Amino acid sequence: MAFWSERYETMPRDEILQIQLERLQASVNRAYENVAFYRRVLDDAGLSPEDVRTLDDLKRLPFTTREDLRRGYPYDMFAVSLRDVVRIHSSAGTTGPPIVSGYSANDLNNWSSLAARVLTAAGVEKEDVVQVDFGHGMFASAFGFQYGAERIGASVIPVSGVGAEQQVAIMRDYRTTVLIGTPSYGLWVAEALDEAKINRRALSLRVGIFGGEPWSETVRADIEARLGINALDSYGLSEVITPGVSWECECKCGLHIAEDHFIAEIIDPKTCETLEAGVEGELVLTTLTKEALPLIRYRTGDLAYLDPTPCECGRTLARMSRVRSRTDDMIIIQGVSIFPSQVEAVLMEVEGTKPHFRLIIERQGSVDDVELQVEVSERIFSDQMSKLVEVEEKLKNRLRSVLGISPRIRLVEPRTLGREFGKGRRVVIDKRL
Amino acid sequence: MRSYKASGLALGLGSVLKVRSLVTHYGGIQALKGVSLHVDEGEIVALVGANGAGKTTILNTICGLVPASSGEVIFDGKKITNAPTEYLVKLGLNQVPEGRQLFATMSVLDNLILGAYQRSRSDKKRLGEDLDFVYSVFPVLKERSRQRSGTLSGGEQQMLAIGRALMSRPKMLLLDEPSIGLAPMVAKEIFNVILRFREMGTTILLVEQNAKAALSIADRGYVLETGKVILEDTASELMRNKEVQRAYLGKGYRHVWE
Repeated sequence: MAFWSERYETMPRDEILQIQLERLQASVNRAYENVAFYRRVLDDAGLSPEDVRTLDDLKRLPFTTREDLRRGYPYDMFAVSLRDVVRIHSSAGTTGPPIVSGYSANDLNNWSSLAARVLTAAGVEKEDVVQVDFGHGMFASAFGFQYGAERIGASVIPVSGVGAEQQVAIMRDYRTTVLIGTPSYGLWVAEALDEAKINRRALSLRVGIFGGEPWSETVRADIEARLGINALDSYGLSEVITPGVSWECECKCGLHIAEDHFIAEIIDPKTCETLEAGVEGELVLTTLTKEALPLIRYRTGDLAYLDPTPCECGRTLARMSRVRSRTDDMIIIQGVSIFPSQVEAVLMEVEGTKPHFRLIIERQGSVDDVELQVEVSERIFSDQMSKLVEVEEKLKNRLRSVLGISPRIRLVEPRTLGREFGKGRRVVIDKRL
Repeated sequence: MRSYKASGLALGLGSVLKVRSLVTHYGGIQALKGVSLHVDEGEIVALVGANGAGKTTILNTICGLVPASSGEVIFDGKKITNAPTEYLVKLGLNQVPEGRQLFATMSVLDNLILGAYQRSRSDKKRLGEDLDFVYSVFPVLKERSRQRSGTLSGGEQQMLAIGRALMSRPKMLLLDEPSIGLAPMVAKEIFNVILRFREMGTTILLVEQNAKAALSIADRGYVLETGKVILEDTASELMRNKEVQRAYLGKGYRHVWE
């Protein structure tokens, strides 16, 4: 088993805890000093950075939410001046302001070595040829994996947007050994191979690292069998870092958290009480080394549980379970994060549609098949066919340009979709999990 | 296995010194506001920061010269918070104070012998070995052994102060401003000697106002501001850090982001 940062990845627990305390204090000091938001929330809570005497004191600090980051648009949450920021990524600005993540030079450096840890844990070495399907536009992941692979010395082939036939040709001719992308990409490659009638044994593929979407063990088994590779999970989020928060080693028994850079907590999303190891709840992350965008107790919305016991691979870093669902109603379709409220906003905007809808998501081969059922008003429904087609077109265009998804649209008669208000009203039916 | 920096940090020898949330008051003034740090075996760790940031106070609190109001200091697995200095010397933790603090009217040799005061007088053989060792590190001290220490140059006095601390064969040295008041060439020589200590396996916590020199020989560093740690990283990363460059390495000007 290889490690990129053996010292930090295999450190005795008491030493990791010491480093976490040191870095937590330094990070809270910097955040309080340089970010008006953190100064305000700590002051309001009657706390000062000096109150962080032990790691347990972290529990006393207030949470940071996605909304807080939105309100800070664009630069209010930054802890360094713009001239020290060398990279800016932002989430897709859909219906609200986007979340902006800044990186200092040192942040990029840490990101690269964290990504190198992810890749090394998957056995990636200098000789490997890494085909990265994440796009450089939308996903910070594309950059992260590229930096990590380059730091290791592997060869990176960026292939986002490249068609199936060409990707398969690259895979075969360039002797790609590592595939990186969303799990849907893994399935898509498998299909492309079938279509091109290429035997996987004619390829050099060995391992795949997939992230950006929830995926089940069934999908994993499918990818592994059809591509003859080891398929490993990688977890990160663009507000924190991605890839690099946590990753699977070849044991596939949970994702190792980079605890020298992040503190992970699990809380009950309703009561906000900290939950013990083994109990599932919302993952909360505190950054320890990020300079440009330090985050204190950031609520990720992802559900997971922790396991602090060391792994067979030698890593002493605590592990988190694979993330399969969220606390909120955010869904990820083909790697794009969407809230039903955003779909609702688009529907409101397009004339003639009442915001009663249902999203049905299914995995059709390698792609997420999305059907959007929308109730239309009686007036339009009784009108001519051309009017319906027009509404459908408008919706399609708006959804694609605003949310980046292209669902099939089915207009349905008024009051045909369930109207159970409050609890149990299912706007999203996700059949993938 | 992957390559990484060949230093104590990478060797994974474990921490010799651990400081957790140290708070120290001077009269009514809070000089340390919860400082945590560690030094791994064989590592050189630098504390950098402006005057009054609390660097020397950290060393003095570790050594028991100034009482800690709260927090803890662990050396070699033993809790030594507020322990008497002579007990620490026995454990192998030795401070070289700022301003040398030599006995000016005593000879160089006598100053060195005082550094071994912890050992019984009968252990003469050991004393001789230690003297030879110090002389090998600082040949100039041998030449001047009969001279009164007050007549030495600043650089020689600093060598004597370090040499005296070495006489007790410490596991770890705390060095307070070893380059202060020295000509650049002499300061450089002192830093070279500190680098040699690492080869000998001595663990070092170094306080320096000359941040650049300190970071260029250290493995890791902590940046202090008004009694608090604001950054911890490898020395090479700290040297590249723009904020550190502006504040402590004299590059560019500091800019407050509103």
